[in-house]
Amino acid sequence: MEMPAPDQDVINRRESIADDLKALVPGPGGVIVDEDERRPWESDGLTAYRIQPLVVVLPETVAEVAAVLRYCHDNGIKVVPRGAGTSLSGGALPLQDGILLGLGKFNRILEVDYDNRCARVQPGVTNLAITKAVEADGYYYAPDPSSQIACSIGGNVAENSGGVHCLKYGLTTNNLLGLEIVTLDGEVIRIGGKHLDAEGYDLMGILTGSEGLLGVVTEVTVRILRSPETARALLIGFDSSEAAGDCVAKVIGAGIIPGGMEMMDKYAIHAAEDFVQAGYPLDVDALLIVELDGPAQEVDYLIDRVKVIADDCGARSVRISESEQERLSFWAGRKAAFPAVGRISPDYYCMDGTIPRNQLPTVLTRMAKLSDQYGLRVANVFHAGDGNLHPLILYDANIPGELEKAEDFGSDILRLCVEVGGVLTGEHGVGVEKRDLMPEMFNETDLDHQMRLKCAFDPDGLLNPGKVFPQLRRCAELGRMHIHKGKMPFPDIPRF
Amino acid sequence: MSNFAPENAQQVLDAVAWAVSEGAPLQVRGSNSKSAIGRPVNTEHEINTSNLTGIRLYEPEELILQAEAGTTMAEIEAALDEKNQQLAFEPMDLGPLLQGESGTGTLGGVIAGNLSGPRRIRVGAARDHLLGFDAVSGRGEAFKSGGRVMKNVTGYDLCKLMCGSWGTLGVMTRLTVKVLPRAEKERTVLVHTDDRQQAVAIMRDGLNAPYDVTGACWVPRSVTARIDVEHVTGTDTGLVALRLEGPDVSVSYRAAQMRELLKDYGKTDELHTSNGRKFWPAIRDVQPFAKPGDERVVWRISVAPSEAPSILEKLNGLSGAEAFMDWGGGLVWLALDMPSDGGADDVRAAVAGFGGHATLIRGSQALRGAVPVFQPLSPGVKKLTERIKASFDPDRVLNPGRMYDGL
Repeated sequence: MEMPAPDQDVINRRESIADDLKALVPGPGGVIVDEDERRPWESDGLTAYRIQPLVVVLPETVAEVAAVLRYCHDNGIKVVPRGAGTSLSGGALPLQDGILLGLGKFNRILEVDYDNRCARVQPGVTNLAITKAVEADGYYYAPDPSSQIACSIGGNVAENSGGVHCLKYGLTTNNLLGLEIVTLDGEVIRIGGKHLDAEGYDLMGILTGSEGLLGVVTEVTVRILRSPETARALLIGFDSSEAAGDCVAKVIGAGIIPGGMEMMDKYAIHAAEDFVQAGYPLDVDALLIVELDGPAQEVDYLIDRVKVIADDCGARSVRISESEQERLSFWAGRKAAFPAVGRISPDYYCMDGTIPRNQLPTVLTRMAKLSDQYGLRVANVFHAGDGNLHPLILYDANIPGELEKAEDFGSDILRLCVEVGGVLTGEHGVGVEKRDLMPEMFNETDLDHQMRLKCAFDPDGLLNPGKVFPQLRRCAELGRMHIHKGKMPFPDIPRF
Repeated sequence: MSNFAPENAQQVLDAVAWAVSEGAPLQVRGSNSKSAIGRPVNTEHEINTSNLTGIRLYEPEELILQAEAGTTMAEIEAALDEKNQQLAFEPMDLGPLLQGESGTGTLGGVIAGNLSGPRRIRVGAARDHLLGFDAVSGRGEAFKSGGRVMKNVTGYDLCKLMCGSWGTLGVMTRLTVKVLPRAEKERTVLVHTDDRQQAVAIMRDGLNAPYDVTGACWVPRSVTARIDVEHVTGTDTGLVALRLEGPDVSVSYRAAQMRELLKDYGKTDELHTSNGRKFWPAIRDVQPFAKPGDERVVWRISVAPSEAPSILEKLNGLSGAEAFMDWGGGLVWLALDMPSDGGADDVRAAVAGFGGHATLIRGSQALRGAVPVFQPLSPGVKKLTERIKASFDPDRVLNPGRMYDGL
């Protein structure tokens, strides 16, 4: 992984830059310079990559964030924003010559407004803390990435995080009402509020999932939803992932949109069962969890319909949750799937492609071939409703070359996803991890249109450079027009 | 004067490249069903997508549909109907409101305008249903973004940017949208009330209950007279309407629960599926202000639902003022008999401080040239907006000035 060449001059000025920053962020622990104290910040959730940041800055107010960014802008210093540091794609990987701007101290819930069904929160508040703040009153915040206990809402905005309920309730981008951001020149900009839909261009839509390259989020207004009256789940075992995939298609084809629909392959089922004893059947090749949520009458009715469909698809076993405890036990194995796989292998590498659902059998077959070819095992968990596939590649980092082999295997899987009509990443982001694969999906013109958007927010390219885009290009070069005046023929096309 | 009607994406590219090369701006349009929205675009040349037609891919079980930008909504809705599916955000048909014909809009136009109907509160806006697109930018270059899958965070989400950009950034040639099943049944609980404040409270209680409301509107008595639906026309009070959709067993249960919950607010009533499927399109398409001879200007105001009564209080005294609310109060449709200035200053002053926005949806060409049609932007947002426009369309060859003067 190649990062932009560090500016040695900036690195040499570390102490004086830190002194300047201390004046801007005077609170205790606001600026971290000491090498030992910087070390814990060297990585995010993609732990294979580690870089010591130039300085870590932990501001407490929006004014401090603005002052730090303006300072970086004026002095040509790079900035990497960071929420809770749970990114699985290296979105918050530091730069040697860049400031790591941590938003962890922005941890307050500013307002809960039930009249307008929203909550206004600071970016460092964890995803789960939003739900915790409103659940006693019967509400929740819908997107639920598996890191929700730790990940911050600011990071969720940056990555457009998903979770297991996306098909019915959407990703982060579908659950936001307002944002406050600070651009690199230190300007504080508010977008949206408590009303729906932006006036003018949808800047909120662009900022969501922009991976910290456009602005630093300092406040978020999220929609909160009334918790469903009830939820019940089915645990369905199949002899093949084809049959399970067929069942998923038929459920949706019947007009049913489940709250959650998850699939696990044999390897993941066994790992999870060994770990948490969820009561999963071990004689099946694929396991489906289908959860229906909503008014009690509706859930009971739909559970029966899904059961009929599952039987028609040749289900080997069907269990239906009869209590909240039983429903949670169905999920216990799925939720523990990653650590469960972590128990049976020294290391695992979690991938995140999305495919058209009907391509699942092809993808699984070809992935099995790749697994043989690389000599690495792979376990699969799948957000079956929306086609988001999480293959977990098992490897041992202590064996020389095995990490690289796992990465190559992962890249081949993502190429396969694109080849069958899917995409490189469904919810983890591009970051540094999938940066160099972007040309698999986009041609140069596509990428240039995206990069020019970055220029609109950050013309000097100082905010989180080296992420998302495989090639750093100067904005002046990107802005050059390829069509010259008076050189195009009058188009010979139909006219009225 | 050339009116280009390209038949494929390459021809769109040729036309835009020519426009860039000649410095000859283009009015960008689909079928013209919404060309009366926005500031007048006074260009010599025009490009329309109405020859780019056809559904390219429709996979009901994958919940996706891909079509050329100029495909009519009528064609798309007919295809979806056959499989009992729909565009869940309820695309508006503004033909009659804008004194044109019904059913002529195109998919590209619906997405470019990002105008969503009553179900927006539950399932999101048009912008939440665009999964991918191909377009030609004002640089005379073809580009694409997104894909054909539900969950995708690969690169910037340019789909969001195209929605609501009114053809000012690119000419979309092909779009992929998310489609969803149509509900088996629907019921609409009606609560009689003339009081706006109380109406918003009723909608709040309905929306905050665990009954999955997919439409929440209030129409005053004067407006009910112009909605031709049994139990609505000719009532002697205003009506709050709360829509419940789903399987039969579920909607009847929820309707009963809802009526019980709201009974202290006043008399309740119920519309069943067939009447509901007339009532909600009337709200969606602003039919009460679309009657022949109604020449009033029409504003679309998006606000925090709880602020709607205060805003209406301020605007109630204006000439010819009549309003109804959708989105639980979050969307106010306001008609005013103020042809010369459209009441723009009053409307914007009333919204100011509440953080919402107002768009002039119907007004004469002269009015649309004279007052800001779209909500004026804050300085920070304006700067970014100008830079984004410059990055996609540096020479301003696509719909110049349609959204903002100088953009």
